[in-house]
Amino acid sequence: MAEQSSQGETAHELPTVEDAIALGLTAAEYRLVCEKQGGAGGRAPNQLELAMYSLLWSEHCAYKHSKKLLRTLPTDGEHVVMGPGENAGAVDVGDGLVCAFKVESHNHPSAVEPFQGAATGVGGILRDIFAIGARPIAVLDSLRFGEPAVARTRYLLDGAVSGIGHYGNSIGVPTVGGEVYFEAPYEHNCLVNAMALGLASRERLVRSAAAGPGNVLVLFGASTGRDGIGGASVLASAELDAADADKRPSVQVGDPFEEKKLMECSLELLERGLIVSLQDLGAAGLTSSASEMASKGGVGIDLDVARVPLREPGMEPFEVMVSESQERMLCVVEPENVEQVMRLCAKWEVGGAAIGEVTDSGRMRVLRDGELLGDMPVSALVDDCPLYDLQPRKPSEPVYAAPIATARITLESPPPEILLAILSSPNISSRRPLFEQYDSIVQSRTVRRPEQADAAVLALPGGGALAVSIDGNGRRVAADPYTGTVEAVLECAANLACVGAQPLGTTNNLNFGNPEKPHIAWQLSESVRGLGDACRALDAPIVGGNVSLYNEGATGPIYPTPVIGMVGRLPDARRAGRLGFARAGDEIALAGPFAPSLPASELAKLLGQPLPDGLALIDLAAILAAHDAVRAAVRAGLLSSAHDIAEGGLAVALAECCLAGGLGAQVELGEDFWEAVPSVVPSPRSTSPAPGQVTAALFGEAPGGFLVSGRAQALQQLAQDVPLMALGRVGEDVLNIVEAGATAGMMLTLTLDELAAAHAGLAELFA
Amino acid sequence: MKFGVLQFPGSCDDLDALAAAARVGDAELIWHADRDLHGADAIVVPGGFSYGDYLRAGAIARFSPAMESVIEFAGAGGLVLGICNGFQVLCEAHLLPGALLVNANLRFTSKQVRLEVSRPDTAFTRACGSDACLSIPAKHSWGRYHADDATLTAMDEAGQVVLRYAPGENFNGSLRDIAGVRNERGNVFGMMPHPEHAVDELIGGSSDGLAIFESIRLSVEGAIV
Amino acid sequence: MKARVLIRPKAGILDPQGDAVARALPALGFTGVEDVHVGRLIELEVDDAEQLKPMCEKLLANPLVEDYEVQILA
Repeated sequence: MAEQSSQGETAHELPTVEDAIALGLTAAEYRLVCEKQGGAGGRAPNQLELAMYSLLWSEHCAYKHSKKLLRTLPTDGEHVVMGPGENAGAVDVGDGLVCAFKVESHNHPSAVEPFQGAATGVGGILRDIFAIGARPIAVLDSLRFGEPAVARTRYLLDGAVSGIGHYGNSIGVPTVGGEVYFEAPYEHNCLVNAMALGLASRERLVRSAAAGPGNVLVLFGASTGRDGIGGASVLASAELDAADADKRPSVQVGDPFEEKKLMECSLELLERGLIVSLQDLGAAGLTSSASEMASKGGVGIDLDVARVPLREPGMEPFEVMVSESQERMLCVVEPENVEQVMRLCAKWEVGGAAIGEVTDSGRMRVLRDGELLGDMPVSALVDDCPLYDLQPRKPSEPVYAAPIATARITLESPPPEILLAILSSPNISSRRPLFEQYDSIVQSRTVRRPEQADAAVLALPGGGALAVSIDGNGRRVAADPYTGTVEAVLECAANLACVGAQPLGTTNNLNFGNPEKPHIAWQLSESVRGLGDACRALDAPIVGGNVSLYNEGATGPIYPTPVIGMVGRLPDARRAGRLGFARAGDEIALAGPFAPSLPASELAKLLGQPLPDGLALIDLAAILAAHDAVRAAVRAGLLSSAHDIAEGGLAVALAECCLAGGLGAQVELGEDFWEAVPSVVPSPRSTSPAPGQVTAALFGEAPGGFLVSGRAQALQQLAQDVPLMALGRVGEDVLNIVEAGATAGMMLTLTLDELAAAHAGLAELFA
Repeated sequence: MKFGVLQFPGSCDDLDALAAAARVGDAELIWHADRDLHGADAIVVPGGFSYGDYLRAGAIARFSPAMESVIEFAGAGGLVLGICNGFQVLCEAHLLPGALLVNANLRFTSKQVRLEVSRPDTAFTRACGSDACLSIPAKHSWGRYHADDATLTAMDEAGQVVLRYAPGENFNGSLRDIAGVRNERGNVFGMMPHPEHAVDELIGGSSDGLAIFESIRLSVEGAIV
Repeated sequence: MKARVLIRPKAGILDPQGDAVARALPALGFTGVEDVHVGRLIELEVDDAEQLKPMCEKLLANPLVEDYEVQILA
């Protein structure tokens, strides 16, 4: 591309359609840009303008292939205070407080440089929270990598966990939960999704719309360098290939100390009522932030790049406009307040500079020392990017190869061997080696830390508490994008129910392959349909989220992976549920509908079974009734423990409850159990279940079942509200699962030490 | 009595320390640029990442105006508690012997640890009870206590080691399992684990840390050091 | 003038960063590597070279646990 001349450009120096294509636009999009730029035959954009259009019209910024679908999601609800479209969403949590939250991805940068990619992912989502005036109070992360046998997986895992810890710990926001999964389709396209929550008083919430022609645009925070130049269009809108190492200069480097100061400064600016609106700088830097502020306010902005504090000498105007240097915020300030704003920046030792002003022109104008370098209609930049309809088509052949069998077990292996194999597998074993790298307690709100309950619980002033969980699924969504997504949403809500929380709102990060391919378009459409239906059924509307597309490479696409973050509230923090068995003598029961099956389960994966075409239908009403019953029982203080039966099925859930509580369990499965639990392998009703039926019942997976424990009277009370099956009793230091009845026999006996040893399988990845 | 809790750019557990101290007495934040200690009877230098841990943890914070006043305050016998990053600041300021180095496993580690109270009779531990074992969370990446052999021997003889990690709990490789030390005079004390995060059983299951703050109150009000 | 300060952990102190690097190198095929130590490098322009030693003593290094070496470059 021709260098931009400092004296302005003559026609032959203007970029061409080939340049536009190199920046990620299509030829048709380029022609539309020319039209929007005005004039009878259109006016070709100059280099600066083209760079800005190419970023704002990239998939990452414009959501070209997903926006129409996202409009089908439910976004209204009685608790919603701020819905999608702002930096973060927010729900009312009582006592004049709101909880702001959102999840975002940083997948492509993390695949290139995992430490900084994950760290800046956390930095970015935190900025979205304090950009609306909320103090960040928690972070959660959802990570997906290839199988750990691959050395690069261990490198990415280690880097990402260190990066998340580094940023969250240093800035003083606790990382209270998360998930990590290892599946081959993520090997070349890892997923790093970061979620954050914040608290604000309702009147303090601020929006990002620029307003008031004549008001001043102030940039504050770190100085601007060449970080991530072209990041949005280069990295997020195209598939990764072998030349990724060369993309390293594009990765942003984060500084949590800088952001801590920036956060305190922003919150104090808002506290003192000194700013009209606030926006953080993320993907596409000043280009997107300034344009979006102008678009939301229906105004224009004049921005002078010569007034932007730079970290590097000799930066070109387009570099200043697209830089993704971290830890920067943009605000609109009334002229009489600018001096006070600068003094507050000085107090917090952050840079601050007036770089432009709000106008009524409706145009985004970029100047340098007063010389006009670029002039674009705001609506063209932000609102007029073409949106595409997907062309979904269900694939006629499997998209994904069967997982490679990794465990030395078969379907007929004895149950203890199967349980130990699953417990030690990377997807199930204890995440302690990860979460011990995170500060989960700073800010003194954490009532339930990782591995203490199914959801994180954070105390609110006044006695109540927030609960939050992040859950995604790739493999089951690949088997059935609609049902798999519904299951992921239900999983999140079930985790909240286990601590006694009612869902208030949902955020989602949709991680998918290339949507221009019909089978991926099908995955995306079906998943969004499931997401919408499930959120409507739960009355937990979407308040914001993120879409990450083009996660595929030469080896194929990732599993379609919706990651769901859900926030709920419980009225009494002291009654927050726990997952571990608490008292010898407590009765154990299975509550809720439970129809376990092996296809698409963790066991099926370990055995190398191919993905099924479709998952079993879900009895949504029965599952929601179970959520309500368990939640009420936890709130009433009836239960000693409550744990949602998820990956690995019933036997794994029992083991997890034993390990968390340090107590064993004596479980008896009698005829009523085998009758109530449908089997995959039908067998004539003899005195014993068939081996396949045993395996399916112990290790099969399905939504809706909860493992609860408590005194007998308490469980009897619960039985009035939900199907409840007695399983046995807490006690001793072994987990025994016995088949009761005529040919009674020990199916499984494992000591707590044996379970713990298997459960510690992940530790060797961090040695 | 009044606690003064220092606040540097990058302090994270300052508000937590403030809230913990406020359960026991009055408590006020002291901005790093402020030389005035606001009449505090005892000073808390809190945890976090003051100045981003740039150069070395605590290396820059020790030169702040507030810390200059704290050094004078300590010289006059005032009680000073340093927690985690605060402990690092006090070592850098030479108010305490030794240094805190990177954890042996090179990782930030956050876990609940059991601490043995080696000296239950100090100004900072008198309310802990003898035979006490405290359950307190530790969370840091630079917490490995180090001093040369001569210093360690002298400290042992002078009873300056106040807290040790119970057997099996020393995850950072601190020499002689040292988790908390005081100066010779006994008025300055630093500990790596966070007592301010163990003051309420609802938030974390242990309130053993409250005894540290309670000890300080007793010491100030009884004027015994 | 330009100066460079090299800061090293004192001999005899456990240096887990150095150990980690020493372990990682053979795994990448580099043999015959021993005695690895990881320290810090500070580069600065000063008017008065006499100030460098007190700067090291007071701020740049922690003399309890680190040794330092000052190099004048130009």
